[in-house]
Amino acid sequence: MTDFWNRLTIGQKLAITAWLFLAIPLVFYITIRFYPTFEAFYVSTLKWNLLGAKKAIGFKNYIKIFADEDFWLVLWNTIKYALVGVPVSMLIAFVIAYWLNEIHFGHDMIRAMYFIPFLTTAVAMAWVWRWFYQPLPIGYFNIMLSWMGIPQQPFLKSVTQALYAIMAPAVWAGLGFQIVIFIAGIRAIPRSYFEAAEIDGAGRWQILREITLPALKPTMIFLTVVSTIGFLRIFDQVYTMSADSAGGPLNSTKPLVLMIYEFAFDEFKLGRASALTVILFMILLVVSLVQLWLMRKHK
Amino acid sequence: MKKWLKSAFALAIGGTSLLWSGMVQAVEIEYWQYTYASRVEAIDKLIQNFEAANPGVTVKHTHFPYADYRKKVAIAVSAGDGPDVVQLYYGWLNDYREGGLIQPLSSSAFPHATIEKDFFPMVGTMKVDGEYWGLPTAVRSLALFWNKDMFAEAGLSGPPETLDEMVDYARKLTKKDADGNYLSVGFAVDTDGQDHHWWREVLIRLYGGQPYSDDGKTVAYTSDAGAKALKFVTDFEAVHKVGANGFMNRGQDAFAAGKAGMVLDGSFRISKFVKQEGLNFAISELPGHNGNRYNFSSYWVNGISSKAEGEKKAAAEKFLQYLTSDEAMQLWLDTVGELPAKPAVALVDANKTHPLYGPFIRGLSYANATAFVSEKPQRQSLIDAYDMVVLQGADPAAALKKVAKAEQEVFDEFFDN
Repeated sequence: MTDFWNRLTIGQKLAITAWLFLAIPLVFYITIRFYPTFEAFYVSTLKWNLLGAKKAIGFKNYIKIFADEDFWLVLWNTIKYALVGVPVSMLIAFVIAYWLNEIHFGHDMIRAMYFIPFLTTAVAMAWVWRWFYQPLPIGYFNIMLSWMGIPQQPFLKSVTQALYAIMAPAVWAGLGFQIVIFIAGIRAIPRSYFEAAEIDGAGRWQILREITLPALKPTMIFLTVVSTIGFLRIFDQVYTMSADSAGGPLNSTKPLVLMIYEFAFDEFKLGRASALTVILFMILLVVSLVQLWLMRKHK
Repeated sequence: MKKWLKSAFALAIGGTSLLWSGMVQAVEIEYWQYTYASRVEAIDKLIQNFEAANPGVTVKHTHFPYADYRKKVAIAVSAGDGPDVVQLYYGWLNDYREGGLIQPLSSSAFPHATIEKDFFPMVGTMKVDGEYWGLPTAVRSLALFWNKDMFAEAGLSGPPETLDEMVDYARKLTKKDADGNYLSVGFAVDTDGQDHHWWREVLIRLYGGQPYSDDGKTVAYTSDAGAKALKFVTDFEAVHKVGANGFMNRGQDAFAAGKAGMVLDGSFRISKFVKQEGLNFAISELPGHNGNRYNFSSYWVNGISSKAEGEKKAAAEKFLQYLTSDEAMQLWLDTVGELPAKPAVALVDANKTHPLYGPFIRGLSYANATAFVSEKPQRQSLIDAYDMVVLQGADPAAALKKVAKAEQEVFDEFFDN
């Protein structure tokens, strides 16, 4: 053994040492990440309740899912979380980042304040928001509305409002992260561009439209993808906040991940849950591939 | 020859185990339940008594939050790990049995005739395929909690005895501000709490129907009685405007805060309300209708997990025998506030006339337990039907038709297997 080791060149020794260290995360990824992912594909073709015998049923789980009207409602909910949540959160984050970049007094403190929700446990935060949304006499939002003479809103108890009421804290929590990335993006734009534009007599709006926004394109693509995936995987807020059992009322707030959870751990239908996981995986894969494609095009 | 060998073998094993039990061999069995302060306290006391009476057997008590309970039990037992004696909700029996998590109780340690003679008849739901799969220490029923101060303020002298009185009283107890917002509700509707049981086993029967067919395989609440019962529940919020589902988050919270005149709940809630300062409440039997009364009873049972074998199984049986003894039942009532599962222990005068437990115990004599296939989706039926009527303005009969379809699918899928 020592003979073998001594015969190696320094380069080879370095490579072996490096791989030795890399083996740890590699083993972790293979056993904890990749193996279960492939297992999920296999389980999605089974009827299995976690305990009894596994029964191969081909694509029956997928057929059942596509025939289930609840699935389409849940898929639409999931898309709504992303479709509304992503642009709204990005717009707010950009506006805040843009103005925050202009000020110096209190800059760090304000940025930290925006960042704190990002560090807070989603479940704890969701519980606080759940109380905010309660009807009178305890709900903070409804108390404010009644001060302003506006009628009470049902919020979490409404099939139309609940989804957006749950989205709000999710947007708020992600804001700090997006702001920090936007500020970094803005600061990375060379000052000379702005100076040149000013000398040429460009206005603030023109500079924003012609220089800042185009230069921020990679930042925006990155944030879009990260937050799209985040919203497509929303769970904690819905599980904690929704009324009339998780995902209610009448499934109007239920996202895919919650449906997977319920199939797997409430009804012990592991096959059906795995099939849904595969579907979610495909959606996320497409989103990521589109990102890669856009990034490459940009280069 | 074979027989001789078998008995010799048994003798040898019995002899050595007897020899060893007094010396070094200590059997340790595991007991699992979910975390609930008074239940944990009660089991700790019971284990202490049991260990004192059975030297050589120790019981390891494990408990964790309710939210994870079913998952952890399922995963642990299927991995050959976990409890020997396990607590489960009676409505989960079929899931557990189908999943192979528990084994039938041996008729030598738990003779059927004795069970049927000693326990309340609703324990019969535990008998499937000719075997008993679990036995309760305690049973639960529902009763009406009412706020004495609010009743006095509204000029009411006692609890409602009928459904009509209940609506009338709820009206008198409700307080609203100038804009019509609730300051306090007459009756705290809570479909996520106990109200689905009330609708299923009490209201439908009071209106002359039944929730499921006699063989328990078909949904039967799409009847006129079912719709009337649903209308009765939803009318509190939609028509009479004397309550709102989930007002102050949960019915029990509204009542504890003194913001609800009446709420329906089980005896396990007594300990919460008793501790609430400034809450002056009383308990009465559920209101009847046309001279009839019904109640819903449910219970947690203790079963022996499929993992327990040999001497562990013997120890588990012994422990389960103790958990279902008269002594354990009285201790459970005094510590947890749940009702003894045997009439001989429950229906003694001291319990029957108890101001807090009395109404629950009296309710047991006319109570039904639902033979759930899977409680969670079945509970969802009322939650969704209620929302369809109250939030979407659907007709009660049409809403029931919709949820019945989903619930029937759960039945069909289960009984087809």
